[in-house]
Amino acid sequence: MTTERDSGSKPVINESGIEVKTLYTAEDVDNSGGIEMVGNPGEYPFTRGIHPEMYRKRPWTMRQYTGFANAKKTNERFKYLIANGQTGLNVAFDLPTQIGLDTDDPMAVGEIGRVGMAVDTLQDFEIAFDGIDLEEITVSLTINGAAAVLIAMYLAMAEKSGYDISKLRGTAQNDILKEFIGRGTWIFPVEPSVKLVCDTIEYCANHAPKYTPVSVCGYHIRESGADPAEEMAYAFCIAKAYTDGALERGLDIDEFAGRLSFNFNIYGNIFEQVAKFRAGRGLWAKIMKEEYGAKNPRSMWLRMIAGGGGNGLYAEQPEVNIMRGAYYALIGALGGAQTMALCCYDEAYTIPSEFAQRLSLRTMQLLAEESGLCDTVDPLAGSYYVETLTNQMRERMEQIMAEVDAQGGIVKQVSEGVIQSRVSAGAYDTQRKILSGEIHKVGVNCYEMDEKEEHEPQYHPYDEVAAQKQIDATNAIKANRDQAEVDRALAKIKDDAESGTNVMPAIMEAVKAYATVGEITNKLTEVFGHYQEPIRF
Amino acid sequence: MKSRIRVLVAKPGLDGHDQGAKVVVRALMDAGFEVIYSGLRQSPEAVARIALEEDVDVIGLSSMAGSHMQFCRRLRELLEENRLTGKLWIIGGNIPKRDAAELQKIGLHGIFPTGSQFEEITHFIKENVT
Repeated sequence: MTTERDSGSKPVINESGIEVKTLYTAEDVDNSGGIEMVGNPGEYPFTRGIHPEMYRKRPWTMRQYTGFANAKKTNERFKYLIANGQTGLNVAFDLPTQIGLDTDDPMAVGEIGRVGMAVDTLQDFEIAFDGIDLEEITVSLTINGAAAVLIAMYLAMAEKSGYDISKLRGTAQNDILKEFIGRGTWIFPVEPSVKLVCDTIEYCANHAPKYTPVSVCGYHIRESGADPAEEMAYAFCIAKAYTDGALERGLDIDEFAGRLSFNFNIYGNIFEQVAKFRAGRGLWAKIMKEEYGAKNPRSMWLRMIAGGGGNGLYAEQPEVNIMRGAYYALIGALGGAQTMALCCYDEAYTIPSEFAQRLSLRTMQLLAEESGLCDTVDPLAGSYYVETLTNQMRERMEQIMAEVDAQGGIVKQVSEGVIQSRVSAGAYDTQRKILSGEIHKVGVNCYEMDEKEEHEPQYHPYDEVAAQKQIDATNAIKANRDQAEVDRALAKIKDDAESGTNVMPAIMEAVKAYATVGEITNKLTEVFGHYQEPIRF
Repeated sequence: MKSRIRVLVAKPGLDGHDQGAKVVVRALMDAGFEVIYSGLRQSPEAVARIALEEDVDVIGLSSMAGSHMQFCRRLRELLEENRLTGKLWIIGGNIPKRDAAELQKIGLHGIFPTGSQFEEITHFIKENVT
């Protein structure tokens, strides 16, 4: 195959469907809407950044996605990363935990501790965060279906360790609507799932106001096949759904909107990605100010974690992913991310090794320390190309959001599988283009190497001993806890779920009594039922 | 004689990475196969039951998170119990090369790792469904 470019005769269209010109001038900026939305960093509409000084004051938080086997092994890896300069934690849970199953559930066989740490009771949180200063190191929990339970465990663990939860920072992913579109760790049907998210927002607004109860993820929607404009537009539709739910509880917009955050993906065209982040910041600020009447600038901030993921990596010549990751981190910094979780080169095929984790961390440290990226805010501003593209991306996002609203809104479209189908059609289209060579992927469909010359990939081993130890530890807790207290707390969860009361206070009592993730989840499914996946192509 | 080849595409275990499975479903549909997609979180028992009830010609699994060996060992037993060992049985996704020999021993007929050409999969099915 050839990688020679056509001499400009063929139009260049970016992934979001915007045609890219050979040359941009001031006229293009004017024609696309001018510089009205650019403004200054730290001021509405925040296109250039949510803080006036951005990285000059503080570089992005480095928060690698980490967790495997059990709490003890994960705690060791956390400490290794902190010792190597990591400034935040991002916890990976195993699949049984993510979907609310206990370790001894028959469906958990072979999955315990495989893709993250196993959690059954509060004790697992006590072990996982032992010796870590939770004021110094903020913790993000990558949990969705079982988020209400794990947020409660985190708060209960912190309280028990002597922290004042009214001052405690931290984040839970807790974006269930995107789980129905991609990633798939749903438990309950769509509506009660959204209700639970609103329960956590309400509970945190009242009891842990510095805690970020939701991080809305365009990330996984992009991983599932959405283009960059769709990624951000769908995330905003979802964030609006949670916002509407929280407002219905009687909260004021400024009581909680400042504690919503976002998670976005990075791969593909550098300029399209940077324009995506700049456009998104302006659009979210506008939505919060104009549609919701937010007064506090903080409510208008698009705070985000960003980083590359599995879809931007390839198993062929995996070392090439090291360079890919470096560009993704560069994009994150040029795009003004508050936090980065940089993908690891081996992530296309396994749980990242300690070595790969360290390389990703060093990549970010190199960018922060050596490259001048932190010296000045939003360095690409004023580029005719970037400003034009930022305007075009924002327009495209608004268009997608309007389409979703016109077709009944995001909750309805997710319940019916419409968004899932659209996103999967996008994935199919992209994969066909990669397989046909229309889209070039280095080492995959051009510059390929003989398989024999490639290094033997190293895979993360599955630890069956750790799995058995986890089952034994949970059995020991069950034998020693006050069962009457557990039963009372569990019964209260069911009562509150039935009456439509916020279930968080009852879940807090249950986790403090060492009820398990599975026991609490089962009480909720007795009332809410199970999600049935719509199959639609 | 049956008019169209019926293919079950199933997602084994708890993993939610279904982008690849859904892409393959679309490719198989475009190639003229009749496709039954299981959705997420299928147990070996569920896969065997769907294969039996839907009378499929091909059982396809899509595994991304590493739990395929244990799953396939159990499914093999169930295929035997239900007299389904004559069906064409294939797997795709994130399957390490080192697992290939063992999967073949278990009874998998074809392995299609991430990045396989759609034509390879469709050709293999057409050639091997008897």
